[in-house]
Amino acid sequence: MREIDVKLITEKVRELCIIANTDLGEDVLQAIDRAMEKEESPLGIEILKELKENAQIAMEEKVAICQDTGFAVVFIELGQDVHLVGGSLKEAIFEGVRQGYRDGYLRKSICHPFTRANTGDNTPAIIHTEIVPGDQLKITVAPKGGGSENMSRVVMLTPSDGIDGIKRYVVERVKESGSNPCPPTIVGVGIGGTFEMAAILAKKSLLRPLGSKNEDPELDRLEFEILEEINRLGIGPQGLGGRTTSLAVHILMMPCHIASFPLAVNIQCHAQRHKEIVI
Amino acid sequence: MIGAIRLNTPLTDREVERLKIGDRVLLNGVLYTGRDAAHKRLFDLLKEGKELPFDIRGQIIYYVGPTPAKPGQVFGSAGPTTSYRMDAYAPALIEKGLKGMIGKGMRSDAVKEAMKRFGAVYFAATGGAGALLAKRVKRAEVVAYEDLGPEAIRRLEVEDLPVIVINDVKGDDLYIEGEKRYRIG
Repeated sequence: MREIDVKLITEKVRELCIIANTDLGEDVLQAIDRAMEKEESPLGIEILKELKENAQIAMEEKVAICQDTGFAVVFIELGQDVHLVGGSLKEAIFEGVRQGYRDGYLRKSICHPFTRANTGDNTPAIIHTEIVPGDQLKITVAPKGGGSENMSRVVMLTPSDGIDGIKRYVVERVKESGSNPCPPTIVGVGIGGTFEMAAILAKKSLLRPLGSKNEDPELDRLEFEILEEINRLGIGPQGLGGRTTSLAVHILMMPCHIASFPLAVNIQCHAQRHKEIVI
Repeated sequence: MIGAIRLNTPLTDREVERLKIGDRVLLNGVLYTGRDAAHKRLFDLLKEGKELPFDIRGQIIYYVGPTPAKPGQVFGSAGPTTSYRMDAYAPALIEKGLKGMIGKGMRSDAVKEAMKRFGAVYFAATGGAGALLAKRVKRAEVVAYEDLGPEAIRRLEVEDLPVIVINDVKGDDLYIEGEKRYRIG
């Protein structure tokens, strides 16, 4: 049994919130480079350049990539041989979010659904916890912006809809979203499980580095085919017309009920922010 | 920005009428910020027949809720937010003399109709380029609804803020035209 003081978790969550919001991953920058080679719209190329320049400024000046510094979504993989001491895990994470959003000059974007009164410190955070073998603790902080989240959907398809039904729904969702989620986007797709698990799978799929292959060859091919179709839509960077509507499609799948065929589409803007640490 | 039109605010009717979709514009002068909650309050004031907290005639509203400014920074990261959420309120403001809006994403038919009827334009700034856009803000002060935090109405002074005309007074739409041009099949 290994002991971890939750104070350390607070400290790490604080750091991860700040880094995730100011330092766009190298994988995203490389994906934008690849997109620029294919982009036919002059205005589109200019926008992709602007996004790279923006990421550069954010990193150098340690300011937020985007003013929407998001809902703090925190994934915890807790080794079953870890004993957490010094307080509650949830409170430790919330405190880390509070400190990170305060000290990093990040926007507090969380409010009461009815009154719209801001909670003032960007809490609560969304925490997904998984108990795994081992004596380590992995924390991933993935701030999620509202504009692209609003374009996301969960749908319970019918088994007879098949793979074609998935393709149609995902492409249609991107088409309907148009310029709203700040294209170029990354499209997270969750297939199977239950109603809520499909959404979690879609969200988790966004944590995979851009440019990496899906471990399942069938899904890898499906990702490619859906991306090709999306980029024929013509929406382009910022929806002004062009080839680069999405940078990638990521799919995670698990078995589902014999009666069901759940599908979730989680749209992510180019600021695919996530940073992780293993304690 | 090559071939951009440099404009000073407030905008005149003549300047607004000459803008067409796809025009790249560098805005200079005063802008007002406002998003969801502030729009609701402005709209409620108009409904009650009360005065708005600033003179809206000829002005531009930027749909933005910035991050807090860091010490030494004039303004925090400040890219546009998605505009459709302001669609319910925008026509009433356009009727009162609002000449421009900056945001991202498509507007409703009612907003486009109001732009045509009263002469106003809709600009897009690059969503996600908040750090870059912040550098074009030279002064910022809260003028109303300080309690709304990032959603308060701020008066900004900007230099060469880069935007693109999405909807013009003729009723054209760059989102529709751009997509049409690059769609395959």
